[in-house]
Amino acid sequence: MRSHLMINNRVMRKKIKYILLILISFISIQTIAQNYPEHTGNSVNDFTGNFLRNNEINALESKLRKFETETSSAIVIAIVESFDGYDKASYAFGLGEKWGIGKEGKNNGIIILVKPKNQNSKGEVFIATGYGLEGAVPDAITKRLVENEIIPYFKQGMHYKGLDEATNRIMELTRGEYTADEYRQATSGSAAGTGIPVIIIFLIVIIFSFIGRARRARHYAVGHNIPFWIAMGMLSSNRSHGGSFGNFSSGGGSFGGFSGGGGFGGFGGGSFGGGGAGGSW
Amino acid sequence: MKKKWITIIVIAVIALFFYSSIKGNYNKMVAMDEGVKSQWAQVENVYQRRADLIPNLVNTVKGYAEHEQETLTGVIEARAKATSTTIDPSNLNTESIQAFQQAQSGLSSALSRLMVVVERYPNLKANQNFLELQTQLEGTENRITVERQKFNSSAQTFNTFIKQFPKNIYANTFGFEEKAYFKAQENAQEAPKVEF
Repeated sequence: MRSHLMINNRVMRKKIKYILLILISFISIQTIAQNYPEHTGNSVNDFTGNFLRNNEINALESKLRKFETETSSAIVIAIVESFDGYDKASYAFGLGEKWGIGKEGKNNGIIILVKPKNQNSKGEVFIATGYGLEGAVPDAITKRLVENEIIPYFKQGMHYKGLDEATNRIMELTRGEYTADEYRQATSGSAAGTGIPVIIIFLIVIIFSFIGRARRARHYAVGHNIPFWIAMGMLSSNRSHGGSFGNFSSGGGSFGGFSGGGGFGGFGGGSFGGGGAGGSW
Repeated sequence: MKKKWITIIVIAVIALFFYSSIKGNYNKMVAMDEGVKSQWAQVENVYQRRADLIPNLVNTVKGYAEHEQETLTGVIEARAKATSTTIDPSNLNTESIQAFQQAQSGLSSALSRLMVVVERYPNLKANQNFLELQTQLEGTENRITVERQKFNSSAQTFNTFIKQFPKNIYANTFGFEEKAYFKAQENAQEAPKVEF
């Protein structure tokens, strides 16, 4: 009976292995079929490697990151070699959707998609707006941004200038649209946010000082032949609290230490519905 | 006595197992069904957006191209037909979606005829208002494509879910039906390509 079970077990394991293998192969096939690149975790994604210079990427990156922390709206720039046979609009929506630019629920993401000009094809730009920003940045505006801000500069080879101007315009248009709840919570809301840890620290300090005092009181009571509780009351009346409160404030100090470093937070599951416009040069 | 209790417990456990399986799957089907319906509402929404653009577009074109009365009437008629064809979202079967799609593609082809005609009027093509309408129309066509894709994928998820064993039995029992898909346009009924 047992050996039978063991054989069964082995067969089962083999089966599970096969199933897993099949599943894995399916997953890899699917990712191959959908040929969008993975984002780099930054707001500026230059997959061509030579469209923008490094210092230009850094300048755009820090500007867009700052904007994202302040307003929660995410502007992402993607520069790709080709659209893999898609037209620029569907590629932009697909990429925006896949990367999840903007916050879930707010859908406040914008992607500026660029395909540089090369020997075989024209250069192309598309600005796609997430559902939540279609009102702030209507299609006609994105069209004008592409035609009047981006393409004239791109034609002269001034890639950074074009993207810089366009992102500035978009930032002006979208600034009032969403407020960064997360940002507010991290700054003005921090008093309420740290309230709980402060209480916990306070309690810990009290408990520890209580334990310490109790230990001393016990020693005192044993030495002086008086009841423990009375000794405790005597000790507490002449002891200063300075030390313990000093500890408390230094503990609080470390809480203020967290600031929004880390990665670009603009990939929060935003969704795209086909807003935006593009052009070519 | 003991045997009786054991059988009662076994039956209770089995009943509980079935109940929770049915309940979980049924609730999931309801949620997914609602998801497909709301996606359908989104599809109708973007088609409505296109229909709303048309009166403005027609008026703008009329000012410059009075001789194209026939084409303009064609657009208005196609619009009326398209907006009158709506579907009850609880009845998303092949026929209803096909009827809807046919009405809408009638409007698409009327619009593309209009856009061809417009090429003959350089003054109109330079009109700022017209250019903006063209951009909006283009954007609306993009939205239609995106929402149709999203509808198809949510319908596909739903269909896959209800066709699997044993969910197919539950789906049959509770009357969940397969959702139809949007099909690619068969011929020449393409969205108007707006070239600049």
